[in-house]
Amino acid sequence: MTGNGQGNGRNDSVGTSYVKVDAWERVTGRAEYAADVRTPNALHAKVLRSPHPHAIIKSIDVSRAEQLSGVKAIITSKDFPSMDELKDSFGGELMVNARDLRRMVLADDKVLFDGHGVAAVAATSLEIAEAALDLITVEYEILPVINSTADALKPDAPLLHPDVYTKTLKETPDKPSNLASYVESGWGDVDKGFAEAAVIVERSFDSMMVHQGYLEPQACTARWDNEVCTVWTSTQGTFNGQRMVSTLLQVPLHQVNFVPTEIGGGFGGKIYTLVEPIAMLLARKAGRPVKFVMDRSEVFRATGPGSPQQSTVKVGARKDGTIVAAQGSLVMDAGAFPGAPVAGASMVTFGPYKMEHFKLEAYDVVTNKPRVQAYRAPGGTPAAFGVEVVMDEIAEKLGMDPLEFRKINAVSEGDPSTNGRPLPKVGLKEVLGQVEGSPHWNAPLEGENRGRGLALGFWNGAVAMSSATINVNVDGTVEVVSGHVDLTGTRTTMTQMAADMLQLPPERVSARVTDTASGTYTDVTGGSRTVYTQSQAIYNACESVLNEMKALAADQLKLNEDDIEYADGAFSAKGNPETTLSWDELAGRSRTRGNGPISGYGTSGRLKGAPAFAAHLADVEVDPDTGKVKILRYTCFQDVGKAINPAMVEGQIQGGAVQGLGWALSEYYHYEDGKLRNPTLLDYRMLTALDLPMIDTEIVEVPADDSPYGARGVGEVPIIPPAAAVESAIYRAVGVRMTQLPMTPERVFWALHDDGSEQ
Amino acid sequence: MQPFDYAAPPTLEEALQILSQASGLVRPIAGGTDLIAQIKERRIAPSLVLNVKEIAEANVLDYDPGQGLRIGAAVSCSDVASYAPVAAHYPSLAQACLLVGSTQIQNRGSVGGNVCNAAPSADTVPPLLTYDAVAVIAGPGGSRRVPLEDFFQGPGKTALQPQELLIEVLLPPPLPNSNSRYLRFIPREEMDIAVAGVGSMVAVDPQTNTCTRARIALASVAPTPIRAKEAERRLEGSPLTEEAIREAGELAASACSPISDIRGSAAYRKELVKVLTRRTLSQSLPR
Repeated sequence: MTGNGQGNGRNDSVGTSYVKVDAWERVTGRAEYAADVRTPNALHAKVLRSPHPHAIIKSIDVSRAEQLSGVKAIITSKDFPSMDELKDSFGGELMVNARDLRRMVLADDKVLFDGHGVAAVAATSLEIAEAALDLITVEYEILPVINSTADALKPDAPLLHPDVYTKTLKETPDKPSNLASYVESGWGDVDKGFAEAAVIVERSFDSMMVHQGYLEPQACTARWDNEVCTVWTSTQGTFNGQRMVSTLLQVPLHQVNFVPTEIGGGFGGKIYTLVEPIAMLLARKAGRPVKFVMDRSEVFRATGPGSPQQSTVKVGARKDGTIVAAQGSLVMDAGAFPGAPVAGASMVTFGPYKMEHFKLEAYDVVTNKPRVQAYRAPGGTPAAFGVEVVMDEIAEKLGMDPLEFRKINAVSEGDPSTNGRPLPKVGLKEVLGQVEGSPHWNAPLEGENRGRGLALGFWNGAVAMSSATINVNVDGTVEVVSGHVDLTGTRTTMTQMAADMLQLPPERVSARVTDTASGTYTDVTGGSRTVYTQSQAIYNACESVLNEMKALAADQLKLNEDDIEYADGAFSAKGNPETTLSWDELAGRSRTRGNGPISGYGTSGRLKGAPAFAAHLADVEVDPDTGKVKILRYTCFQDVGKAINPAMVEGQIQGGAVQGLGWALSEYYHYEDGKLRNPTLLDYRMLTALDLPMIDTEIVEVPADDSPYGARGVGEVPIIPPAAAVESAIYRAVGVRMTQLPMTPERVFWALHDDGSEQ
Repeated sequence: MQPFDYAAPPTLEEALQILSQASGLVRPIAGGTDLIAQIKERRIAPSLVLNVKEIAEANVLDYDPGQGLRIGAAVSCSDVASYAPVAAHYPSLAQACLLVGSTQIQNRGSVGGNVCNAAPSADTVPPLLTYDAVAVIAGPGGSRRVPLEDFFQGPGKTALQPQELLIEVLLPPPLPNSNSRYLRFIPREEMDIAVAGVGSMVAVDPQTNTCTRARIALASVAPTPIRAKEAERRLEGSPLTEEAIREAGELAASACSPISDIRGSAAYRKELVKVLTRRTLSQSLPR
């Protein structure tokens, strides 16, 4: 396999902040996003959405809309192939059953959330499509609304689905339920552990539905040419998208080509094909291309937000600070169909800690809200919120510094991870050491109503499939071709890594993301794994290229392959550097004198996970008169294994922290009896630049066991600690414990002035 | 967006003539920062949108020590805020103009539009109320003056009749030894709508150090922007002590009738009114 942490290059392409290859297009507005795609003769699509969170569709009458001039096609769920054929389930990051995905796109017999799609129209203009929606008559029979997991789990609760039975490891129940699944993990005997504890803290926590908040709404254009459909779309995974629509529409894979456009943010929310099947069906029915661009309200109401969670966390520690028992229960809201991220949350919860006895229960519950999608470290932020707040409180009760308490209990290589398997090499202790020596930790924090909080985060790192093809042109330049959608700089890191491995200047290498018809297969870009797994694919492709080049050099220099060495763009005879051919000369001869064009293909194969840890420090000031929390200073410490591009690593950490801070302070779905009241960026409050200090980052590099550079995934971990870091800082500032997210000014105010009058 | 007719008359006379002949819903437009969003969101469907930006009278921005301040209905918030006499003589108005929406919104949106939109949360309105502003309205029978306090009749409802246009807002000259402050509370630092807003203006007699006039106006805590008159009366004739200011805050809170909505509960809004009243009063003690 590989020597980790090394790569094989010499030209410093890796580890430097090479300017993003797409920076110019992005900042000048030239980058082409999905809504920018123009196809001659395209129609515009709009979707009629349910105003009711829970209702039976008794009838849909589209006859008047069909007669409107300019309307070219109307579809409902009946235009999809029969659902009986849909037995597939998409695993891994996709976490959705095909039948459910089909019903997420357009409701079948029942609408299950405010904004659930009911019918779709394609017309010659957006205005006509909108007008047509008004002409569609839907007869609903209103059903009682399941607003929360608590509602859903009441014994007499109305059922969302008559065919959902609680999945457990034990026997299947005989009655359907809104509890879709229950998982339990852990080891030892927590009751025994708590009996040995000197200090026990138990608290319950609550959070609300949030949105990933990507700037670019979902958008796509579909065009059929005979039997083949081309779909230009904004997606995190072209091949996964292709497979989903192929299943939903019963079209073979080779008749669907997914073309990725630039993507304006995904964060896990652009994995499911929520717009593509609609555009494809309308385009087929109308016989013309169809473009479907969601508006912001549709993005909030009908894509896949992040799962809210009710948790209870109980931790017991000995006098010396060691954790003897830890127990948690996570009740997670999946929205309208099963599939809350129980696996991710279970893995993250308690991840940084050594525990003698450990038990975690997680519940996947359906409610009348949009079905959740992955959101950056799915399930992790609210789960860690509870755990870290309780850890902070335990440390306080023990009279121990919160950092010291973390150091005593931090996991290291060989300790069991939350899944029970031993951890590979990890850098948590190094991260905590970095905190201890940092300017932020050592700076005094003075002033009234100010406090500092510390919290940790853990993400195991996904390991899905990556691949790349590397072609050498006759002028010696190199092209890296991959199906990996570029979310956070994939083209740039691919360029850097290939340049490093081939010992060429990065300017001589370019990387492209291609469509499913011409690119190499990869799973979705997500899960904090793209650089990690793609580095291995690129390494393998480069190795193949170098072998071909060496063979050609041997042929041209009339030597054995074993006698050729390669360094810095030159193939030379070992021990006789005078006998040499440059990379470019050799490339120039490759198509006429060798075995043909030089090309290498590599996949990532099976890598171990590369777990990542982070610690965040927050300084806040609370206005006790209004409850408003101002973040004064914020630092993220993270083990990234190896920073291939430090500036991009820093940017990704900052972005994650800012999303976590929004979740901590201001972002939430405001539902009133199942109706979403804030589907706008005015009232769904994401933090702005003015609300934040500079987010400082301190990068720690403890290389992962596997992969050429030992680069760990960066993306998810930084969203995990912010809520707890801010809570601990608030507690130290004004002495109240906040147990609900977000910690809005009003909530902090009432926590400080609790006279029982909270409305 | 639904289609509508559009007119941009160059004179007030032509504008009034178009209005007198129009049928259906007419909406004047200056910056359009509220109106366009309302049309796009299909909250209103005007048959005619009438641009007032070409009308000379709507573009006046003038200060005269004897007459006071005239703000034409189409003058942008940015222009009002950066007009030196506003910062010098009506500081809370300049502060409010720089809080509306965002920089881009302030560049387009007008103070007149903020008034006509009649949102309970309009940031420029409390300062205008504390300066006893008057709306100058043109209509088929000539022009009339309405104290701004009587202009607002409910959320989105004003004293304007269908064939009338707001032409300008007049502010009398400020009292000597007076100062003012506007503060609003939002969870973020910008791009938001007031959970509660308070404008205060106080004048004092330098000899006796007593308050000669107090004006306190509140946003986002009633169906319209309102004055807190009992709080004002508590201060007038008294020295502006901490105790007086605290009591004024309590009285201001009892003057309002907020609702609980997505931006905050009624109880929290009342608490915010107390805090913001205290803060604006303390910060508007004459310099």
